[in-house]
Amino acid sequence: MIVAASLVLIVLFSVAFHLVSPWWWTPIASNWGYIDTTLVITFWITGAVFTAVVLFMAWCVFRYRHKPGRVAHYEPESKRLEIWLTALTALGVAAMLAPGLVVWNRFITVPDDATEIEVVAQQWFWSYRLPGADGQLGSSDVTWISADNPLGLNPHDRLGADDVVIDGGDLHLPIGKPVKVLLRSVDVLHDFYVPEFRAKMDMVPGMVTYFWFTPTRTGEFEVLCAELCGTGHGYMRGYVLIDEEAEYEAWLGEQLTFAGLPAGEGVQVANTAEPIGGSDP
Amino acid sequence: MSIVLGFVALVAVIALTWLWRQGVAERPWLETGAVTRSPSPGSQPTGRAGLGVFLIVAGGLFALAGSAVTMRMGYADWFEMRLPRVVWAGTALLALSSLALQAAVFAARRGDGPGLARWIGAGAASMAAFLLAQGLAWARMAETGQGLAATPGASFFYLISGLHGLHILGGLVALARVATRLRAGPGAAAPAVALCAIYWHFLLIVWIAMLAILTGWASDAAALCRAILS
Amino acid sequence: MSSVSEDPDTGIPPAEVPDLPPPHAHGFWSRWVFSQDAKYIALQYSGTAIAIGLVALVLSWLIRMQLGFPGVFDFISAEAYYQFITMHGMIMVVYLLTAIFLGGFGNYLIPLMVGARDMVFPFVNMLSFWVYFLAVVVLAASFFAPGGPTGAGWTLYPPQAILSGTPGGTQWGIVLMLVSLILFIIGFTMGGLNYAVTVLQARTRGMTLMRMPLTIWGIFTATVMALLAFPALFVASVMMLFDRLLGTSFFMPALVEMGEQLSYGGGSPIVFQHLFWFFGHPEVYIVALPAFGIVSDLIAVHARKNIFGYRMMVWAIVIIGALSFIVWAHHMYVSGMHPYFGFFFATTTLIIAVPTALKVYNWILTLWRGDIHLTLPMLFALGFIVTFLNGGLTGLFLGNVVVDVPLSDTMFVVAHFHMVMGVAPIMVIFGAIYHWFPLISGRMLSHRMGLIHFWVTFIGAYAIFFPMHYVGLVGVPRRYPDISASFVPDSVATLNAFITVAALTVGAAQMLFLFNVAWSLARGRKAGHNPWRAASLEWQTPEVPPRHGNWGEELPLVYRWAYDYSVPGAPRDFIAQDDPGHRASWSHVP
Repeated sequence: MIVAASLVLIVLFSVAFHLVSPWWWTPIASNWGYIDTTLVITFWITGAVFTAVVLFMAWCVFRYRHKPGRVAHYEPESKRLEIWLTALTALGVAAMLAPGLVVWNRFITVPDDATEIEVVAQQWFWSYRLPGADGQLGSSDVTWISADNPLGLNPHDRLGADDVVIDGGDLHLPIGKPVKVLLRSVDVLHDFYVPEFRAKMDMVPGMVTYFWFTPTRTGEFEVLCAELCGTGHGYMRGYVLIDEEAEYEAWLGEQLTFAGLPAGEGVQVANTAEPIGGSDP
Repeated sequence: MSIVLGFVALVAVIALTWLWRQGVAERPWLETGAVTRSPSPGSQPTGRAGLGVFLIVAGGLFALAGSAVTMRMGYADWFEMRLPRVVWAGTALLALSSLALQAAVFAARRGDGPGLARWIGAGAASMAAFLLAQGLAWARMAETGQGLAATPGASFFYLISGLHGLHILGGLVALARVATRLRAGPGAAAPAVALCAIYWHFLLIVWIAMLAILTGWASDAAALCRAILS
Repeated sequence: MSSVSEDPDTGIPPAEVPDLPPPHAHGFWSRWVFSQDAKYIALQYSGTAIAIGLVALVLSWLIRMQLGFPGVFDFISAEAYYQFITMHGMIMVVYLLTAIFLGGFGNYLIPLMVGARDMVFPFVNMLSFWVYFLAVVVLAASFFAPGGPTGAGWTLYPPQAILSGTPGGTQWGIVLMLVSLILFIIGFTMGGLNYAVTVLQARTRGMTLMRMPLTIWGIFTATVMALLAFPALFVASVMMLFDRLLGTSFFMPALVEMGEQLSYGGGSPIVFQHLFWFFGHPEVYIVALPAFGIVSDLIAVHARKNIFGYRMMVWAIVIIGALSFIVWAHHMYVSGMHPYFGFFFATTTLIIAVPTALKVYNWILTLWRGDIHLTLPMLFALGFIVTFLNGGLTGLFLGNVVVDVPLSDTMFVVAHFHMVMGVAPIMVIFGAIYHWFPLISGRMLSHRMGLIHFWVTFIGAYAIFFPMHYVGLVGVPRRYPDISASFVPDSVATLNAFITVAALTVGAAQMLFLFNVAWSLARGRKAGHNPWRAASLEWQTPEVPPRHGNWGEELPLVYRWAYDYSVPGAPRDFIAQDDPGHRASWSHVP
């Protein structure tokens, strides 16, 4: 009796906690509302299954608990029941998987007009690079890294000359424009994580990873590292500020380009948009 | 990971076929009584079953090492291995050792005691020579600038030949134990010799497969197959 | 000893292994230390696993104290925090759960349940334990090594695992951890060979595969999986040890650490992740499948009903075992691997939910129209179903690639895997101990202490991990010693403090359990023969507790499956597997 009641209480507590508690995701600030929708669908389906199964179990425990004289029913299996249950489960799984895969397809298909920007991680802070006037990022490699050239930009690549380098500051992005975030790490695994954007991806030394999103809300959003990267992992924070276009341009005008840094002094400013020897970073 | 997935698929096919033959589709609650079907492998001696399971584990280990090689090959700094010639001489010795052990099995079946002892001796000697050849190969590679940490291919060569060598040492210990029991007669030693021979063949096959992967033949062959198919 | 030739009267074919007496121990050392009796090895395995598990339990208190009351406990620095979570995770997953299910329950139950005298290679079995013991000693030694244990997280991802920014990375911690894992795998392989070959070869006459209890199916399948999966961790550990000690670059790309160019170059951290999770995902089922099997038997015995859909249960175990080898990359959706893999691995991952769900249905359909005795094993089985169902369902969030993107590496993941492979299997371990303690010791565990233990553990664990999902949903990342951030409302800190209090309470309840075991060993009620009236073979030994060699003069003959409970017309509500009574001789046959 107590057991059955506790099972019912667990269901009630779980459902009430889900509906009433103040803890829910942060208000979204990107175009990935699709992900939230898929998550909500999953919540409904799994919540219904959990409620139904535990309540049925509670009823079984209540109804069929041992009493003198009770004999269990003898039934080794029921093919029909099992086929029905398999089919229903498969249906529920498909209802979660199908939207998931559709949204994943969007997630990995970067729109053509997305601006490429770069986030560089190292123990334990964030740096950023914006493409500058030519709209292209110059090449880079860890072997170029020095005190003067903290992000390892190639000093012989003309495309990199006008790249805006933000070493240790905050990143600003204009609202409403799709951004392809190229992710690079110079030491260990990191993960560029802004809860409000929903999207995230690991940064792996030796390769460039990416994700894309479109900011939909202005404001200040905290950046965290979501892949364990050593002792300072929990304190590897930064901010991304989503600005209106005009404010963004004003901010951009104040930033240094690579050519303005000591390491980039020798680079010719690219006067054509034609890439020469430059490749994707 | 395609190599190890292929290996796991192979194991799964064997396991599922075996399970099917064991009657996993039957309804056990209807089959009350003394015994409804003959027990599983029946004629399979326990030692052989144990070795079979162990070979699956060891095979998986090398399949994973091979998978790691092929994954690592995809990166820019990989270039083809230049293996010292002594590796090929060693491989020949390994093959000879395998043949000698097989001859030992035949001798044991014939009941030919002296022949058995001779062939076991030959197998052990050629296997020891193989290990020596591997040692020479290591030294030669280190001299020619392919030290342990010099190139990724060299690192894998040391790693895989080292793991393979440890398996050989284990095999030699087992063979030595069999040899001490030879006095009891060739018939008594026959099952154990047969197990050793299976293990020896396994070591040979694994080594050839590892060479094929390390030298890039395996990926060339796979590329050729893909080209033919498409 | 019974004959090996065919019996002309009954047509019983010969046994697969000749019935030889097991090696008998004579001296102190061979009896009490280097014992070759699987039952004794099982107790050695379990005792060692529980001892090191207690260390992990204490570490979890320290972790929770830091999270619940950040800044209050000065001695928990960030370094210490990472060392705690790493060692807690590794001990619990590998050295406690894997060891106790396979080394503990596997060793005790396999020979008894299939009707063998012992494991087929008792000497190797003994070695298996001692290599495992050595692995535990090496692991424990890292607590006292210079620099302390590794703080790389239980996933040990390079490059950080072997760099100076991580506790123990350039000191002893990571080296001892890798050596310990290598030893563990060698030891496990020795044991695993025994468990698999014993089930294959040493079943007694009449014990066909489909007459085996599901416990054996679960342990057997998990063993085969472990034999295939652990080599991946072995290879990865050896390669990382090479990178750390010999300067190779298997997993290490060119990198600049704290402004200094290191000599590594060209390697890939992603290769390590593939190898690690090729082990790591099957590992989840290596822990879960024995739990599935054991809980099926607990439910059947204590509901006096055959397990519903036995065949489906067997097939589901095998299918889950096979599928679990092609889902590993669902741990790597945001690792930077090729994004198209996401489609494949999300699909395989969600497909595996179907056989798993069927198992849950069949457990509950076994309760349905049963005769449910609410004994302690049954209570723990019910607790398992609730927590496993909860954890399994949240797995559908994380397996569905795009839903995983916001949730990965948050506390949601921590809550999920603790529910599904922490709390749920531990519920089964407790249920199994309450169930088989009378067989092992001849005495019952105290019911009253057990009730307190069950309710505190069950309700407490649910109160820890259910709300924790919502901490993750808010966006709090895992592996943060201090979770304050601009988007985290203050109320989350209150919730975290509550979770900590619940965790400490549950931890205290485990002390009561240990006391119960100690007290009942000396003072517990005498259990007698087969106190649960179970049909499976392990309760039919001539003596309880079973002696060395298990079966007295003759091996038992098996006439039926392990689930003949409440058979209509039978004289009792169970028929033991070695009971020759035939159904045709009873009235009322359905």
